[in-house]
Amino acid sequence: MEMAMEYIRAFAVGGAICAVGQVLIDYTKLTPARILVAFVVIGVVLGGLGVYQPLIEFAGAGASVPLTGFGALLAKGVKEALAEYGMFGVLAGGLTASAAGITAAILFGFLAALIFKPGDKT
Amino acid sequence: MNMTNKDYSNLADRESAKSKSYINIPAAFVSGGLICVIGQAFMNGYLALGVEKDVASSAASCTLVFLSALLTGFGVYDDIAKHAGAGTLVPITGFANSVVSPALEFKSEGMILGVGAKMFVIAGPVIVYGVLASVAYGLIAFGLGLY
Repeated sequence: MEMAMEYIRAFAVGGAICAVGQVLIDYTKLTPARILVAFVVIGVVLGGLGVYQPLIEFAGAGASVPLTGFGALLAKGVKEALAEYGMFGVLAGGLTASAAGITAAILFGFLAALIFKPGDKT
Repeated sequence: MNMTNKDYSNLADRESAKSKSYINIPAAFVSGGLICVIGQAFMNGYLALGVEKDVASSAASCTLVFLSALLTGFGVYDDIAKHAGAGTLVPITGFANSVVSPALEFKSEGMILGVGAKMFVIAGPVIVYGVLASVAYGLIAFGLGLY
């Protein structure tokens, strides 16, 4: 039962964040690239304000999988690095925390480009 | 194709009816929610294997990136995205799709300036502005001693 609730929370929060993105697509002239940038930056801001971490505690992957979660991870990395290294953490923290996701995207992106053929866009 | 103006306006109406918000927004909600549920399932799987919580969360995201790259390679992700809209754009799978799709499409321009450069057409700005925002946050947090 507790596990079912966990999935429902992930579904509801993740779905709601994506619905916000769809509202932006439908009612503004923002391109998908701008929306992705906006979500990451908003995630950094919410993470920095300490609002996003409680949302991750509540919704798990529902909050960490959307790109706002990626932004919050950047902020969290900076915060932890500040505590560890002082001011140098401003430079070191963000990409350290988000390294796995970015490296996975580069690696699997590269492998996919090697293995697959460009599909004809019909 | 021969079309009168009336035919064209009928077609235009029909096409724009497809992008009605009362369909788009619930579709984005459900598809995005489902991707997060799949992410949660992987996260719980990694937790069950005894992986630490932060690592399990990150590994789940990386697994979704892998699946998205695979589905993009097979041309399936873009088909789903036509119906799911922001539901497949906003999750990390959309970020992965934005890396794989141009990398594949511009393969013909070579491994360096095709695959290597074009993968960052959308991911580049996302990383640039995300990192810049995190630096701005870091300077403020450092200045105020909030860490």
